[in-house]
Amino acid sequence: MWSVIKGRWTSPGLELRMNVKNYVRFEFSSMPENVSFARSCVGAFAAQLDCTLEDIEEIKLVVSEAVSNSIIHGYNGSTDGKIEVMASIFDNGSLEIIVKDFGRGIENVEQAMEPTYSSDSSRMGLGFTFMRSFMDEMDVISEPGQGTSVRMLRFFPSQNHQAMA
Amino acid sequence: MNADFKQVRDTLVVRISGELDMLVADQLRQEIDRRLDNTSISTLILNLEKVSFIDSSGLGVIIGRYKKVSAQQGRMYIVGACPPVEKILHFSGINKLVPLYRSEKDVVSN
Repeated sequence: MWSVIKGRWTSPGLELRMNVKNYVRFEFSSMPENVSFARSCVGAFAAQLDCTLEDIEEIKLVVSEAVSNSIIHGYNGSTDGKIEVMASIFDNGSLEIIVKDFGRGIENVEQAMEPTYSSDSSRMGLGFTFMRSFMDEMDVISEPGQGTSVRMLRFFPSQNHQAMA
Repeated sequence: MNADFKQVRDTLVVRISGELDMLVADQLRQEIDRRLDNTSISTLILNLEKVSFIDSSGLGVIIGRYKKVSAQQGRMYIVGACPPVEKILHFSGINKLVPLYRSEKDVVSN
């Protein structure tokens, strides 16, 4: 569906579908302290959409899961990795979130996304389940030794409706 | 995150405040386990009234303590979860293992 080409996020067809109305992009070191920073940031950014507080809580949760995955799995807990987050609001009212790390990558993405699978039993393997459940689209691109990018998209129907009216 | 511990006989009440994510998960796990390991606890009550956020790292701490307490033939309860936190507890299915109550009093009266 989409791919990472030379560090630039591109999504074939995405540009044809909708235009970016607003975006934020930031990077930070893979420290657990930054997980709350990342989710609060994206949550605050999403607040400009026509969404409920419950929606914002779900957005914060999925960002928390994706960034935690990068720190725990991508960098194996090491704090000197780099994580990039990009959030975009499109003119149809949808929100796209991309969380990208440059860590060890995932050998088998399909296996990692299974609800019961976790290489770290203390987290119950729920991260991907939350991301998939609370977002309308989710793709994972990973290359062993190169890193992992998670792209999530959520539509906000009321805005779609307004846009069409 | 801050955790306040109160033990009455064999019941341990843990009142947690703040956000339960990977930053604090290990610390909370260790603090609870130290008390479970060193004293005779048959009932563990997690008071989440002041927890504003929980993700899978926080859920991992809860499910791990449930397994530990169950292995010692003890019981565990969660009380006071606010709606956003309660929703995640339901979504994960933890509520089927660990009963949710509104307050510490409700646990005692049941």
